[in-house]
Amino acid sequence: MSTIGYESWAVDLANVGAIYPFQGWEVAMTVIGVLFWIGWHRIQFVRENAHLENAKKRALDHERIQKSVERY
Amino acid sequence: MDGNLNALTTVFTEFYYWVTVVFMFLIHVGFCMYEVGASRRRNHMHTLMKNVMVIPLVTVTFFFFGWWIYWAFPMFPFFGGLDTDAGAANLPWAETMGPNAADRITGVFWAAFLLFSWTAASIVSGAVIERIRSSALWVHAVLIGSVWWIIDAAWGWHYGGWMVQYLGYHDAYASGVIHAIAGGYALGVIMVLGPRIGKFAQDGTPRDIPPHNPWMLTIGIFLIYTGFWGFYAACNVPAISPEAIGGQITGTTWTATNIYLAPTSLSGITFNFLMSLSGGLMAAYVVSKGDAFWTFSGGLAGVITASAGNDLYHPIQAMIIAAIGVVIVYRLHYWVERRFKLDDAVGAVAVHGYAGFIGLVIAGFVLWGAPSSPYEGYATINPVGQFIGALIMFFGLGFLPAFVVAKMQAAAGVLRIPEEVELEGLDYAEHHAYEDAKEAIIEADKAYLASKVSPAE
Repeated sequence: MSTIGYESWAVDLANVGAIYPFQGWEVAMTVIGVLFWIGWHRIQFVRENAHLENAKKRALDHERIQKSVERY
Repeated sequence: MDGNLNALTTVFTEFYYWVTVVFMFLIHVGFCMYEVGASRRRNHMHTLMKNVMVIPLVTVTFFFFGWWIYWAFPMFPFFGGLDTDAGAANLPWAETMGPNAADRITGVFWAAFLLFSWTAASIVSGAVIERIRSSALWVHAVLIGSVWWIIDAAWGWHYGGWMVQYLGYHDAYASGVIHAIAGGYALGVIMVLGPRIGKFAQDGTPRDIPPHNPWMLTIGIFLIYTGFWGFYAACNVPAISPEAIGGQITGTTWTATNIYLAPTSLSGITFNFLMSLSGGLMAAYVVSKGDAFWTFSGGLAGVITASAGNDLYHPIQAMIIAAIGVVIVYRLHYWVERRFKLDDAVGAVAVHGYAGFIGLVIAGFVLWGAPSSPYEGYATINPVGQFIGALIMFFGLGFLPAFVVAKMQAAAGVLRIPEEVELEGLDYAEHHAYEDAKEAIIEADKAYLASKVSPAE
């Protein structure tokens, strides 16, 4: 058994095409790859939203603190 | 060079390796920039000189004995004696080790390997900044650059190496033979060297010591990426006939090969270099929550994780493998830092050592059963062989010798700089002429300015 389809290099390279592992699974690999890519965007959107919300709250707090200070 | 085709192939191959060497020089430039950027202002010159002097020291020792080791050690000492026949043409006094009209490959091939030696030494150099003595580091640089890594290359990165023959060891773009060993070596040194003053709080909590210049780090790591292209190309034989390989391949179709003379293509490794870089960057960005330096380093760690099998992986496999490696590397780095109180100033142990180790193991599974060599009777690639290979690289030839030599240096009092000097900064302690000159000219300028400004102003 060999994941690349060749157990030895006793071959004529003129007759050899793809030599990567799991040939025949290209579509499945593409699906996994696309999920990885889309998932990355999803994580980024969620995280950035949360980050900006926190930043906004901090900015508001800062303003409130400044007013409190000015109020003496 | 008999015949036009033969002449063209020979000159092309000579030029090909020459170009890879020039590209790989950028790796060292990048390491220097990264280290200096990561160091504090009071340690710049020392940090730079420590890494610059790696170049001549490793070069001359690689000429004197490193290159000979590669050719003489493939079966030595466990499975045979020294191959003195192959070694003879690579001794410093051999006629082929100089301008020779009958040999057009030795010099450029020697240089390609030598640039890998610099890289191995430079990886160690980054981990130990701001507290190691230069004299101690330079001994380590010679040992990793001209002895230990080239022994591992003879065993596991040579078409006749015993690890390839008996373990089916496969490490096309040096996950183990450069990165795992250098990371393991750095770990051995920093375990003895200890952390920088202030790295850990009283309760053992690690403190971040931020780089003084983030932009130098950024450019530095991008230069390392650029040099890595040359590194990948240098790991290949660009064009060779089945007849010249002399193995099991039949027919007359020429091919590019990896270092084991097994088929691959420049096209394939270009796909995989970029996809593994991307997988590493994306995973590192997520896992580090957008930390710039971990993201950049994650790109490198991604390539390193996938490198063992990047001659054969499908590009999507390369991307996913890189991403998996980076997540593990990141978590492992902080766990080790907290658990063992180790100060790896640039994350070298993680980015190179852990990524290289993991990459070897993953390749054993993904390439299971693939031929490791075009020659008959060699073991095929398998997880057990890859795991044993990873242990040999990281611990056997990396961590262990580093730990022993560092212990000897520590016992002799020549490993670490004095505490007072560490606080004052190495630039003043070791390069005081430069600092004195700076101070003198600043004083002179201030005095001149004072003379021009009237008290009323």
